[in-house]
Amino acid sequence: MNQRASLNTLWKLFLSTLYISTFTFGGGFVIVTFMKQKFVDELHWLEEDEMLDFAALAQSSPGAIAVNAAILVGWRVGGLLGMIVSVIGTILPPMLILSVISFFYAAFAANPYVALALKGMQAGVAAVILDVVCSLGGNVIKQHRPIYLLIMLLAFLANVVFKVNVILIILICALIGILMEVLHHSQTKGDSV
Amino acid sequence: MIYLQLFLSFLQVGMFSVGGGYAAIPLIQEQVVSGHAWLTMGEFTDLVTLAEMTPGPIAVNSATFVGIRIAGPLGALIATLGCITPSLFIVSLLAYIYYRYKSVSVLQSILSSLRPAVVALIAGAGLSILKQVAFPGNSFVLSSVNWIGVLIFAAAFVALRKFKTNPILTMLCCGAANLVIGLLLR
Repeated sequence: MNQRASLNTLWKLFLSTLYISTFTFGGGFVIVTFMKQKFVDELHWLEEDEMLDFAALAQSSPGAIAVNAAILVGWRVGGLLGMIVSVIGTILPPMLILSVISFFYAAFAANPYVALALKGMQAGVAAVILDVVCSLGGNVIKQHRPIYLLIMLLAFLANVVFKVNVILIILICALIGILMEVLHHSQTKGDSV
Repeated sequence: MIYLQLFLSFLQVGMFSVGGGYAAIPLIQEQVVSGHAWLTMGEFTDLVTLAEMTPGPIAVNSATFVGIRIAGPLGALIATLGCITPSLFIVSLLAYIYYRYKSVSVLQSILSSLRPAVVALIAGAGLSILKQVAFPGNSFVLSSVNWIGVLIFAAAFVALRKFKTNPILTMLCCGAANLVIGLLLR
């Protein structure tokens, strides 16, 4: 694919991202799988390795994984215009669906039967989130690196007990990451001398 | 200026949520519930529930929902633009660096330190939703505990952990269970 993709390619890109975004429930990694099927296996616009790297980049960058992946695929397929087209295709379905829901939300939530069902689903969503936390936390513990355990514990205390601003916690942890990288570099240099 | 506030709030959500959907929940909660009081904790919990069941990133879903409720369709558009703007710049830059150098070791190191913190933050958000379920009236005494909610939570948690049930299906079953129990007790 070159930088100046044809109108036909852009239109196909828009329809593909629109379709993928409409039918992807549950998390960023699901959308990456769908994108691989569409753009690697079906349309042959990308190499498989490229798509895997895109998944890693999309996950490591700030923001929604689906939007990040759409940006990467869009750039690759059609340059700046491609990026714009694929981002619009990706955010349009959730925007439309949530707009409809928010218009009906007040009447919806006031209905006693819906309210009962919603209350039950809230218990379910708490279970889903804490289940994800257990899996992710287990992975951190399995690394056997005390520093990461310490970060997890301190971040939890700062957030839940001391109500420290979430962004501040993230910035401090990013800083710790940079410091560790710098220390690691100076250590390996020291060893080689 | 409500549009500017919406834009800046969701800009922060987009800029500081690293690692996908669940990581955005504590940030959205901070902006929308504690920061601006645009939603109550109850409404926010409903939003997370609805966002889980509909397609699309939770940040975009929340931006649309909050934006439209606070400032109409234009608000929804501006809030959504806010949450994708950091991605547009940062991901484009990273893509450039990736094709140029193919390895980003400082980024890797930052990410490994962020990951445990993000787990802790998601745990915090999950616990505040659980608190909302267990103490719906916000009075934290034993007599006001919603035992049915706690029971449904426990059952769902065991099902997800032990039997790896589908999350959306599990949530729907929880909703159905609470509806049936509520109607039976009436």
